[in-house]
Amino acid sequence: MIIIVVFFFWPAGQALVQSLFMQDPFGLSQEFVWFENFTNLFKNPEYLNSILVSFQFSFFVAGTALILSLFFAMSASHVKRGELFYKTMIIWPYAVAPVVAGVLWMFLFNPTVGIISWLLRQMGINWNYLLNPTQAFILVVISASWKQISYNFLFFIAGLQNIPMTLVEAAAIDGAGPTRRFWQVIFPLLSPTTFYLIVMNSIYSFFETFGIIHQITQGGPGQATNILVYKVYKDGYLGLNLGSSAAQSVILMCIVIVLTMLQFRFVERRVEY
Amino acid sequence: MIEHNPARTFIRHLVLILGVVLVMFPVYVAFVASTLDLPSITQAPMPVRPGSFFLSNYLQAMYEGSKNLGSVAGVMLKNSFIMAMGISMGKIVISLIAAFAIVFFRFPGQNFFFWSVFITIMLPIEVRIMPSYKVISDLGMLNSYAGLILPMMVSATGVFLFRQFFKSIPREIVEAAQMDGSSPMRFLIQILVPMTRTFIAAMFVIQFLYGWNQYLWPLLITTEEKYYTLLIGISRMLAVGDQQAEWHIIMATTILAMLPPVLVVISMQKQFVKGMTETEK
Repeated sequence: MIIIVVFFFWPAGQALVQSLFMQDPFGLSQEFVWFENFTNLFKNPEYLNSILVSFQFSFFVAGTALILSLFFAMSASHVKRGELFYKTMIIWPYAVAPVVAGVLWMFLFNPTVGIISWLLRQMGINWNYLLNPTQAFILVVISASWKQISYNFLFFIAGLQNIPMTLVEAAAIDGAGPTRRFWQVIFPLLSPTTFYLIVMNSIYSFFETFGIIHQITQGGPGQATNILVYKVYKDGYLGLNLGSSAAQSVILMCIVIVLTMLQFRFVERRVEY
Repeated sequence: MIEHNPARTFIRHLVLILGVVLVMFPVYVAFVASTLDLPSITQAPMPVRPGSFFLSNYLQAMYEGSKNLGSVAGVMLKNSFIMAMGISMGKIVISLIAAFAIVFFRFPGQNFFFWSVFITIMLPIEVRIMPSYKVISDLGMLNSYAGLILPMMVSATGVFLFRQFFKSIPREIVEAAQMDGSSPMRFLIQILVPMTRTFIAAMFVIQFLYGWNQYLWPLLITTEEKYYTLLIGISRMLAVGDQQAEWHIIMATTILAMLPPVLVVISMQKQFVKGMTETEK
């Protein structure tokens, strides 16, 4: 039996060891070389700014994507004709890579060739995301949310299907109108899904939007869209400041762990339902 | 619903159509751009109807490529495909075996290994790029398919999914197999894998997308043109500095890069939805 265990466990173990091995080097170099990387980071206004930008970014992305997709999901779950068509059409952007999403929106908003930037110019807005920090920020938020809508939509649909129709009907019999039914029956019952999605969206906008940022703004103009993940890449790979980059990775990992723990608490809570 | 209000139904359809338009709009514009020649794209309002350069643009993207790039979409398509398939297949095999070991065997340190899997699920590749890069370059795997694929195979999502499923398998089946004298490997291949078929399909869809859409990692480790994936190619084509970007070729390549994963999602929508919502548990 032991032999069998070892035999089966070996490939799995190897995968695990490999993954641990990869995380180790900076963990060690952290302890042996500098510890002041961390203190330096928190004294660095650029880094603090990057934290702020990341939080703003994920707040706006999660907000936009959640609200829009909830709206769509509510409509889709009540529509009888063409339901499958709508669902397919809204779900597929999930398959689009963040980079590609970035390219698509960049093309639309490109100051010289973009069709939307042309429209904006006709309306008298001077659109140039390469120079204007606010516009750059808006553009990355739009691209990131666009891609995330499909993910949220999928989960809201699944969540709405799990709500027992009897409850909604009971509320209707008691005289609650559609708006009230939504806020007082459906929305609270949907809250586990919503909470899960908030966590997932934060993780998404913290980490997976690298492609979008890299493609559209490269963290600029100035520091306007320099989110934490992008800064790790920029400092470590382009700036070759490995120590600082590694320290940033460690901090990022802590953020991920906190978010994941939040998520697990949610899972536990859900079991009680 | 409870009331049948035509106005409400109408509004719902309207909202959905708006949603579809919102989602489709950028892609439509990209498609239009991929059928135009360069001058008509760069003139200020770009035409909104497809032009007549569809074939020539796509052929050029596939076989000639953009200038200064040194790679063509045909090759990059192949690279992306190899990488996506390698990652998804590798992940499925590794997670099947790992989940099998975790669920069906007792061994010392089981908890430790389970928790190490647990930790890797929390760490997206973006967080561990620098150390991973170092390991791969020490192993001499820069600019190779192995270097592209191996580090991506060790995420833990799959282990979790399969673990959940294996746990729900009644003990009797395991015992019956043992009574009939099947070895654990045989049990895995002949009983568990067929039982898990739908899960494997769902996993495959998700991991294929994941592999196809990897960006940062190939960006770091592929410096030779012949290993460029599509996404890398697109981003290199855009980095032209002061020159005019060749939008028609870029957009054609973009559409090509989008097509395979989108087709996978649409054709396997059921498995995809299942895979997405199951991993949540």
